[in-house]
Amino acid sequence: MSDQTGLPITHWQRLWLYVVGGLVLFFLIAPCLIIVPMSFSDTTLLQFPPPSWSLRWYHEYFGSIEWRDATIVSVKVAVMTTLLATPIGVAAAYAMNASVLRFTGIINMILTAPLIIPVILIAIGTFFLYARIGINNTLTGLVLAHTVLAIPLVVLTVLSGFRSYDMNQERVARSLGAGRLSAFWQVTAPQIRFSIVSGALFAFTTSFDEVVVSLFISGGDTTTLTRRMFSALRDEVDPTIAAISTCLIVLSILMLSIAQILGTKREK
Amino acid sequence: MTAVVTDPGKRVDDDSGELNVAVLKRNARNEVWGLLGLCSPSLFLVGLIIILPVGWLFWLSLYDENGMLSFVNYERFVEQSSYVKTFVTTFEVSFGVTAICILLGYPLAYMLSQIPRRAASICMILVILPFWTSVLVRTYAWLVILQRKGLVNDWLIDLGIINQPLALVNNFTGVLIGMTHIMLPFLVLPLYASMKSISADYQRAGMNLGAGPVATFWQIFFPLSLPGLAAGVVITFVLCLGFFVTPALMGGGKVIMWAMRMQQTTSLYANWGAGSALGVLLLAVTFGLLGFFNWLLRGQIKAAWGGK
Repeated sequence: MSDQTGLPITHWQRLWLYVVGGLVLFFLIAPCLIIVPMSFSDTTLLQFPPPSWSLRWYHEYFGSIEWRDATIVSVKVAVMTTLLATPIGVAAAYAMNASVLRFTGIINMILTAPLIIPVILIAIGTFFLYARIGINNTLTGLVLAHTVLAIPLVVLTVLSGFRSYDMNQERVARSLGAGRLSAFWQVTAPQIRFSIVSGALFAFTTSFDEVVVSLFISGGDTTTLTRRMFSALRDEVDPTIAAISTCLIVLSILMLSIAQILGTKREK
Repeated sequence: MTAVVTDPGKRVDDDSGELNVAVLKRNARNEVWGLLGLCSPSLFLVGLIIILPVGWLFWLSLYDENGMLSFVNYERFVEQSSYVKTFVTTFEVSFGVTAICILLGYPLAYMLSQIPRRAASICMILVILPFWTSVLVRTYAWLVILQRKGLVNDWLIDLGIINQPLALVNNFTGVLIGMTHIMLPFLVLPLYASMKSISADYQRAGMNLGAGPVATFWQIFFPLSLPGLAAGVVITFVLCLGFFVTPALMGGGKVIMWAMRMQQTTSLYANWGAGSALGVLLLAVTFGLLGFFNWLLRGQIKAAWGGK
């Protein structure tokens, strides 16, 4: 008996399904599993399992000024994007949740546009606009572009947080004399804080992993890590990237764990 | 603006004086302006950085090199065989990747929906972790695994299955494998969500009435899972059409897809008219497909992704 569905099908009869499902899961996780040990290899040939172990490629990564600068640029841009996109997105979600506006539908459409429009078109458009106003290859330009890409994710995450929150609590606070801002800050914000932090995590990841737009609008001193990786991959399969990839995978696991913990807390 | 606030005003009108009405109207109006003010930074940024340039590119696509209004940028799509080839390649890859994603994703989502919740949530981590990992990292990993002296070729030669290494990257096969890996979660996540909402009572009822496991699946479960499958398929297909990173890195310059063509025409040849026209067409196809299927499925695509 399958213990969940209670169907008269045995696990044995379903064995084929578990085998196929397991293989697909393996296909999904294999690249992450294989690249991590390879990054500790001692050779330039990316063999698996590596013939001997070393931290050579990590030294290569942290020792190279180019890679280090690119990493710093990416971290800076991602932090600034998070700091900019989160409040802007929360404000928009708050207004959309109140839905006294007749234009909520239109606002929703405009704010989800960055998710639906193909990113290559956004990249070319941004590059074109930035060329006119002279902010290509600047941090400002990168942060603004990444913020726009992150806003819809923050809005969607925070809106879903608002859905499980009773807005009347804030109304009560305001009727008792609290101003709008302090009512939000003291009553609403603590109750939807997990959604806000999840939104901020989304914003950070969106910016940090963004490739296509950065490819067009970053360069020179503001080359992002992803842009440098992309260019390096075009030329050769450099083992240093295995070390960088491992760091990025660790970062993903960290982000995902925080998001999962927050998710379970939100459900309670 | 006044139209919005007439309702609260009128309600009070019957039993209060003029003064109250005016105050309430003002309050309501302030409320609306305040909320609009909260939306304005995001609307301004999205308008300035996304919508304005896209509109600008649309405008550019309607002019030829001499600045005359013409459809020359669109005419070349049917006249020049290189553009036709790009479109054919793009649709071949997109159909191929979507088909493989269905073949791999459907059994996976089905399994996840049938096993106990605890086991399913552990398996889901294996779906979501790659989803959260940078596309570049995953593409790099596949380049390493599939290259001429890579893992797969080494193992196949060691096992004596092949004598010569197979060409698995820098060609159509490489693009298919790499993109399938990126797109699979986009299909599995909405499909799994919709399968979870199918009550096991339906299957139990079918089996009670004498249907075997196979008949129960095909006649009861499968039809009920179709809307979720369609939502996942449309998202996957549309994302494939405009995808850039993996084909650019794993195609070895031989597989030119739509987005790569846009990058080449604008960056390499600085032909903004042609590049813009490609972009406008891509946007039209994307919106067209999403709109059509959203209408066909009565809003289930939006529900599948908006609810997350």
